[in-house]
Amino acid sequence: MKLVFERSKAGRGMDLFPACDVPAYDLPENLKRVVAPRLPEISEIDLGRHYTELAKQTHGVNDGFYPLGSCTMKYNPRINEEMCALPGFTKVHPLQSEASVQGSIKVLAKAEQILTEITGMDRMTFQPAAGAHGEYTGLLLIRAYHLANGNTERTKIIVPDSAHGTNPASAIMAGFKVVNIPSAPDGCVDIDALRKAVGPDTAGLMLTNPNTVGLFDRNIGEITKIVHEAGGLCYYDGANLNAVMGMARPGDMGFDCVHINLHKTFSTPHGGGGPGSGPVGCKEFLAKFLPGEMPEENNGTLTMGVPSESFGRVRTFNGNFLVVVRALTYVLSMGKEGIPEASQNAVLNANYLMNKLKGAYDMAFDRICMHEFVMTLDKLHHDKGVSALDVAKRLLDFGIHPPTMYFPLIVHEALMVEPTETESKETLDEAAEIFLKIMDEANNAPDEVLSSPHGTPISRPDEVRAARTPVLKYNFEA
Amino acid sequence: MLPNDLKFAKSHEWVKELGDGIVEIGLTDFAQNAMGSLVFVNLPEVGDSVEIEETFADVESVKAVSDVYSPVSGEVIEVNEELLDAPEKINEAAWDAWLIRVKVSEVSSELMDAAAYEQVCAEEA
Repeated sequence: MKLVFERSKAGRGMDLFPACDVPAYDLPENLKRVVAPRLPEISEIDLGRHYTELAKQTHGVNDGFYPLGSCTMKYNPRINEEMCALPGFTKVHPLQSEASVQGSIKVLAKAEQILTEITGMDRMTFQPAAGAHGEYTGLLLIRAYHLANGNTERTKIIVPDSAHGTNPASAIMAGFKVVNIPSAPDGCVDIDALRKAVGPDTAGLMLTNPNTVGLFDRNIGEITKIVHEAGGLCYYDGANLNAVMGMARPGDMGFDCVHINLHKTFSTPHGGGGPGSGPVGCKEFLAKFLPGEMPEENNGTLTMGVPSESFGRVRTFNGNFLVVVRALTYVLSMGKEGIPEASQNAVLNANYLMNKLKGAYDMAFDRICMHEFVMTLDKLHHDKGVSALDVAKRLLDFGIHPPTMYFPLIVHEALMVEPTETESKETLDEAAEIFLKIMDEANNAPDEVLSSPHGTPISRPDEVRAARTPVLKYNFEA
Repeated sequence: MLPNDLKFAKSHEWVKELGDGIVEIGLTDFAQNAMGSLVFVNLPEVGDSVEIEETFADVESVKAVSDVYSPVSGEVIEVNEELLDAPEKINEAAWDAWLIRVKVSEVSSELMDAAAYEQVCAEEA
């Protein structure tokens, strides 16, 4: 398709902006551009067609099934958009007087109250702008805690080898060293390896539960106890909270701080820039180190105050505030009964689909799963030369977004499927049939799969070239 | 067939003795095959020290980023800078595409010969 610059014709345009109704301000000469920016000149209808064409080349939840494991691509109810578009939320400025934004502060306070109840924490900051940013913030909390205790020796963060890649990356960013521990054969934490790894240099442990293979770690109580007894803290990566919200709380499992992904679990926009939101919750003893300002109530008036030993801030103002409005709308409309029901349905859907596929696809772990399950196509790859990537590509021909591929790394030729509670039995049945058809093709007509996708605008991009020499800007001279 | 003049680590690195206490370290063919097409390689600098079983480099494929662990302790005396621009050389010829040369102070006691490493690969495959 044409780029927007290629559709541009000198002199064309549209009137999106009303006439200026305030006195014009003349910039000093040294701040003015010498050359005009090279913006596309295009009529409104052509611009509309350009974006519609772009949209047709993508796949979203509105197009079809989107079982992207570990990402919880659930439906985002429209009521969320309606609430966050209210002028009372969109036409405020963070530097306004607190008295004039009581409603917005109340949103933060209410969201904090409900989300700390769901996670079993005491306080929560909405500063972090996404999941990995939340991890980083949580680790800075752990760091601030150890330093406040005069403990400079605790420099190591323990991360299981099944963890999300962001965990070790965040730990390094926060100034820690990473100790990787292997998983037990069942994909859960190897208790003996953990016991050997902890010591006087342990700052903490980062863990997802259910873990990245979609299993609830049965030893979670013992795991957090081992870390605590060694003097470390326990950090909960909330990526998989959709399996247990309203059912089990990280705080009760022994975790000291958590991040949750509003853009996964709490139905706010995900992908395409979101924007995301990765609030960090903590137990009371860590609350004084939290970044930014926190809501406080004084005689019925809400104010924002900096925690007594705050380590600073990780973002401007209160993070992606309108995303918090959406998440609050979600939890309030779901209610105390709806939240656990969503998790139960997410788990039910995953198990239903897993059992439909079990005979044809090898499951990495033969156990009741939580909200997602991992298949291994190792045997298929070995026998027929059809890899997880090839099956993923073929799914595109049937209007299904591929599952997560090649993750977690401990499973070879992995496909990680997370249907979410959004999907109906009919959608799951249809998806199962497609998965089974593709397996049949892989065994009997592998070329059909190896040469797929056949019906997409682009078939197989050169991934190596895309990673090594991407062309990210329009070349005007060419 | 695995080359007979190399020693192997269970984390899929190979070591080649060059004499005078100097070794070459690379990634095994099994490792490059498991990772798929490589797109980036991060290497240490000459003069850096490496330690047994500590990571000294990372490689990125179209699937994932993986750490590379050192089978020896010592000082890096040369890095294969050619790989920075052409990481695909590891995919093409894993046994020739050495990553670093090290002046060794200690060699891991857990290195294997070709037969033993073949066994490890068979179990992981």
